[in-house]
Amino acid sequence: MAIDSKVVAQVAHLACLQVDDNETAALSERLNDILAMVDQLQQADVEGVAPLAHPLDVSQPLRDDQVTEPDVRERVMPIAPAIEEGCFLVPRVIE
Amino acid sequence: MSWETVIGLEVHVQLATASKLFSASSTRTGDEPNSNASLIDLAMPGTLPVVNREAIRHAIRFGLAIDAEIGRRSVFERKNYFYPDLPKGYQTTQLAEPIVGAGVVDLQLEDGTRKSVRIHHAHLEEDAGKSLHEAFSDETGRAMTGIDLNRAGTPLIEIVSEPDMSNAEEAVAFARKLHAIVTSLGISDGDMSQGNMRFDVNISVRRPGEPLGTRTETKNLNSFRFMEKAIKLEVERQIDVLENGGEVVQETRLYNGETNTARAMRSKEDANDYRYFPCPDLLPVLVSEEEINELRDALPELPDARKARFVEAYALSEYDAELLCADLATAAYFEAAAKQGGDAKLAANWVMGELTARLNADDIGIAQSPVSAEHLGELIQRIKDGTISSKIAKQVFDACWAGEGSPDQIIESKGLKQMSDTGELEKIVDDIIANHPAQVEDYRGSDDAKRKKKIGFFVGQAMKATQGKANPQQLNQLLQQKLNG
Amino acid sequence: MHTKTLTELRAGLAAREFSSRELTEHFLRRIRQFDGELNSLITVTEEQALAQADAADATLARGEGGLLTGLPVAHKDIFCTEGVRTSCGSRMLDNFIAPYTATVVEKMAAQGAVMLGKTNMDEFAMGSSNETSFYGPVKNPWDQERVPGGSSGGAAATLAARLTPAATGTDTGGSIRQPAALNGVTGLKPTYGRVSRWGMIAFASSLDQAGPMGLSAADCALMLGAMAGHDDKDSTSLDEPVGDYLNDLNQNLEGLRIGVPEEFFPDTLDGAIAESSREALRELEKQGAKLVPLSLPSIKLSVPAYYVIAPAEASSNLSRFDGVRYGHRCDDPVDLLDLYKRSRSEGFGEEVKRRILVGTYALSAGYYDAYYRRAQQVRRLIRDDFARAFAEVDVIMGPTSPETAFKIGAKVDDPINMYMADVFTIAVNLAGLPALSMPSGFVNGLPVGTQVIGNYFQEGRILNVAHRYQLATDWHQRIPGAFA
Repeated sequence: MAIDSKVVAQVAHLACLQVDDNETAALSERLNDILAMVDQLQQADVEGVAPLAHPLDVSQPLRDDQVTEPDVRERVMPIAPAIEEGCFLVPRVIE
Repeated sequence: MSWETVIGLEVHVQLATASKLFSASSTRTGDEPNSNASLIDLAMPGTLPVVNREAIRHAIRFGLAIDAEIGRRSVFERKNYFYPDLPKGYQTTQLAEPIVGAGVVDLQLEDGTRKSVRIHHAHLEEDAGKSLHEAFSDETGRAMTGIDLNRAGTPLIEIVSEPDMSNAEEAVAFARKLHAIVTSLGISDGDMSQGNMRFDVNISVRRPGEPLGTRTETKNLNSFRFMEKAIKLEVERQIDVLENGGEVVQETRLYNGETNTARAMRSKEDANDYRYFPCPDLLPVLVSEEEINELRDALPELPDARKARFVEAYALSEYDAELLCADLATAAYFEAAAKQGGDAKLAANWVMGELTARLNADDIGIAQSPVSAEHLGELIQRIKDGTISSKIAKQVFDACWAGEGSPDQIIESKGLKQMSDTGELEKIVDDIIANHPAQVEDYRGSDDAKRKKKIGFFVGQAMKATQGKANPQQLNQLLQQKLNG
Repeated sequence: MHTKTLTELRAGLAAREFSSRELTEHFLRRIRQFDGELNSLITVTEEQALAQADAADATLARGEGGLLTGLPVAHKDIFCTEGVRTSCGSRMLDNFIAPYTATVVEKMAAQGAVMLGKTNMDEFAMGSSNETSFYGPVKNPWDQERVPGGSSGGAAATLAARLTPAATGTDTGGSIRQPAALNGVTGLKPTYGRVSRWGMIAFASSLDQAGPMGLSAADCALMLGAMAGHDDKDSTSLDEPVGDYLNDLNQNLEGLRIGVPEEFFPDTLDGAIAESSREALRELEKQGAKLVPLSLPSIKLSVPAYYVIAPAEASSNLSRFDGVRYGHRCDDPVDLLDLYKRSRSEGFGEEVKRRILVGTYALSAGYYDAYYRRAQQVRRLIRDDFARAFAEVDVIMGPTSPETAFKIGAKVDDPINMYMADVFTIAVNLAGLPALSMPSGFVNGLPVGTQVIGNYFQEGRILNVAHRYQLATDWHQRIPGAFA
């Protein structure tokens, strides 16, 4: 399943990565190498095999409904790139 | 040729838990921005989610209430997209294996017919934070959006209906019924003004017999009234587009209740490939038979059962009972008022009439009503025992609404008690007859049919003189006796 | 002091041969002396280390103390440490002062460990050579023109150079074991869920596991005892009792069944490397173990399965780095999309971006079944292969890496070749099993490692096997000449 520059651009957009036009050709070549390697998976006989998401067959532990998390603003606000009145700032979003 | 409308709903219901779905931070609203956003909610690197048991149990309660299959095994997945109110860059939700499977909700419509709306499934997911668009700017003065993540991670169930509704009224009836169910269960406060219950409406139109048309989604409707208007508006728009030879574009639309207009959303339009996959930080949630049985046994009375009981116990019509059961607070209010007042029919009329009108006019919920159920019960008692007339009762209700005290206090302090002393009333009637000879002569010269109308003048005069406190029946009798002589 | 193992240093502290302060100062001096060249540490926390050492000395003076009291340790810079930069080897987090501390770090501190600093690593643990670090490549102490392996390459190199007596690492596809092998040190990847992932910056959540790296199996046992255990904050950490790893070390190996998969000794494998591992097997046979030839047919697909699953999970895990709440943010974004795209593209290096793109593609509509779902199916086949094998044997062994340390720059333009460095280690992560790499010889003056894989929660058993081997050999005691 080879991908071209156009697909690379689409995928980069989905992943919010900026790929310049002069990079896409080289990048798609690299990605095609990886995908070609990964395509060995198509040889596997997986008929009737259930996907395995976690190595161990265990279930989700559940937490009691109690508020125990502290207010961490004093710790996190100083490392934020842009804040005002306790909010994180981003360029104006129009819905 | 006519058009058929096809409507399906996606309803987000915020669950009433103390802590969030995946973190132990508070779900409280109204606090300082980001003060209830934990390291997990902020998506700090290295943080991990842990599931809130009560959120799972609330979702199961909902499933049991709509007779749905409960997912013995449900799986959280990641829905990937970038948005500033979504700190992890994905929403943790459920897709292939939701906690609640297919179910059904029965509706009673105004015209007396019944309708079933199928529920496709309901799943658990986390809410996003809030984008605040006002008053933020960067150092160069450029307009910015502020992000408050207090709401991020709050548990929701998203209830997805089949496209079983064919007009705005049915959609609203369905929405009301869901509201009644979740509030009766106590799994949500259902407060739409706070966005705790929000509706996304999928709408398409088609010619009868033709395949489904292209649908649009109108998002985040947070009142029944707006929902009804938005649906009507969108149906009209689609028909208009089609009748003018155009095509309906699949899009997400935002409705503005103030202007009763809608427009296509600009953002999120290219985030259409969400790359769902099972969340590797979470394991499958398993629910045991014992837990399901325990929750089923402990379910509170549900709206349909309550409605049946109201019809039976209070001799109400099906429709009245449905309306009173529209939410738990209304039903409880009615029952308390009926019990204290000793007259269910009167209580029903007052709750659906005067009270609802006043609540709507002031745009508040029944829980915020200044006239409590006890007050209304007391008022009904006073009507029933003849202390006040229905007309005076409205005046007492108004004063009670304005916070002037309990009905008994108001009746007392304003001297609104009905005149029961016949002698006093007789004197007033005599005075009126003596002071209006022309009208008396006119009355006496009329036939029976005309007299019935003309007596109104004397009643009016008497009411004016007694400030409305005369017992209308008694007054009528006395007037007829004196005038007919 | 630096030639001693952690276990020996612990005894020395207990016997008051030296204080924790002396020990800590000694290693800090060595770091100052050697690390300028080696580049094995991103951050040295000298002040904090000395304060912790003084506190440890006070504890020891009272006759108290935990498993690690007063012992210096270097943490991989993937573990969040409150108040200390936690970069994950990335420009994205170059300015990130973690607001909280990882469970692993906290648990080791609770046992009295002294943190010397944070070790260099491949960016976001994505790499097998430590060349993808924003902070520059780490050099292999055995030959400074060569890589230390990765992604815990800084940890392995700093240990081999005796700049620290203990280190933590993380292993998603071999990131503890491969650098351990390439530097002549011992490293253990525990069972998935054995050690909490809270505070460990995620690469691929269903594969990541933290573990100890040290100069011997005994040192790893000592550290694992402090690191392991259930954590309420990590849903995938398991509520299994923590073994008495130190006590298990000395069991004899009489009757031990060692599985030797043919797939770990392919014809294409470097003969000298194969011979090193076969020699290790012969030594264990001498001690009473039996070798059982076996086959794990599905593991030939472990590299392709891994290079779908790991990038897919990573593409999602790394979405949180958006320049909004922490980390790198581009200058003057014109709009939201510009903020995202430039912050992420400036903050992430080439390999990280490549893997994000592969993962995004593998999860995207139309390809999910062909890639992600299929990879998860293959993952089950691999797990089942191991399950069948462990019905017959106690441990499985083979070479850790198909090659010794390669030259810096030799593979940077050939990612596929680089990925193959992990061909023997990756299947273990997909199956979630515990595995250890121990030094088993040298080829052309460069260390070679042999891997010991155990069944779930059999960390005690594989540490025991490695310990018995190390009692009979001295490969793990060799020190690169320049750092003696």
